[in-house]
Amino acid sequence: MTTKDATYTYTIRLGDDALILGHRLSELCSRGPILEEDLALTNVALDMIGRAQALLKYAADIEGKGKTDDDIAYRRAEINYYNHLLIEQPNADFAHTIARQLFVSVFEFLFYTELEKSRDETLAAIASKTIKEIKYHMQHAIDWTLRLGDGTSESHNRMQTAVNDLWMYTGELFEMDEVDAQLMRDGIAVDLIPIKAQWHNDIKTVLSKATLLMPEDTYMQTGSKKGIHTENLGHILSEMQYLQRAYPDAVW
Amino acid sequence: MATDTQLDLWEVFIQSKSGLPYIHAGSIHASDNKMAIQNARDIYTRRGEGTSIWVLPSKHIVASNPDDNDMLFDPSNDKVYRHPTFYVMPEGAKNI
Repeated sequence: MTTKDATYTYTIRLGDDALILGHRLSELCSRGPILEEDLALTNVALDMIGRAQALLKYAADIEGKGKTDDDIAYRRAEINYYNHLLIEQPNADFAHTIARQLFVSVFEFLFYTELEKSRDETLAAIASKTIKEIKYHMQHAIDWTLRLGDGTSESHNRMQTAVNDLWMYTGELFEMDEVDAQLMRDGIAVDLIPIKAQWHNDIKTVLSKATLLMPEDTYMQTGSKKGIHTENLGHILSEMQYLQRAYPDAVW
Repeated sequence: MATDTQLDLWEVFIQSKSGLPYIHAGSIHASDNKMAIQNARDIYTRRGEGTSIWVLPSKHIVASNPDDNDMLFDPSNDKVYRHPTFYVMPEGAKNI
């Protein structure tokens, strides 16, 4: 595998996380528990879509076949999406939304802090722009985890259920394959081994402050690096891609 | 009017840049100081409106009573000497 091919795949994977989470969060527009929270979550969605745009545009440039970021976002089949399984999990209730945000944003904070040092200048520049946004996403998720976990017995139970339900999708965040190995040799990719240890530490601290139990590591779901997804992604794509599929090349 | 059940009400003031006064932007709901700042930021400053935010619980605002408007705000236009209209402006003075 050439560095160019590996960088393309690496960038698409990062872009898909941002794209799909942006879409997931945008589903909450007008569905937030209060107006202020509705805006907070949709602001996070906008940050994600902005990041997706930058990454997918870069992927299109690397590929060099004249595609746009929109072509990549809206015209691939499900098997060609590489976002983590955790990203595509449904909003279910507010606790599930917050638990997903917590797991993802703590991971992204650690990940993009390292990616800022990448020898790929474009990825490093995108990382340093996005890290400011991620700090806010993480603060928002941590604050709500504390409020819900250490709130009423209802909010505590829902938050614990959400943490338990989503736990089996967290192992995949730290998987590495030949793409990562190749790019780590080139000084481009981030080594996820130290990040895994730090993530576990950080999550443990937040959960215990929130009076929540850290789940035991048992079976962990996997597959997204090969384009194998839970049933949730197909539903997201059918909605997200509808317009470009029904009216190809539509612009406005 | 239905009772407001969405947390406490806070007033939001935004300073557009350093040195300028804080201007009332509107209100938000929040349960604590931190959430108040975050919600104010999300609602009022996402498009470069400001560089600093003040929030304070609306219950701490002391407002004048509209019944007292005559007493408090009647400008006494009949007393012409209340208005500085008898000065000759120096030539070239602007913004007066």
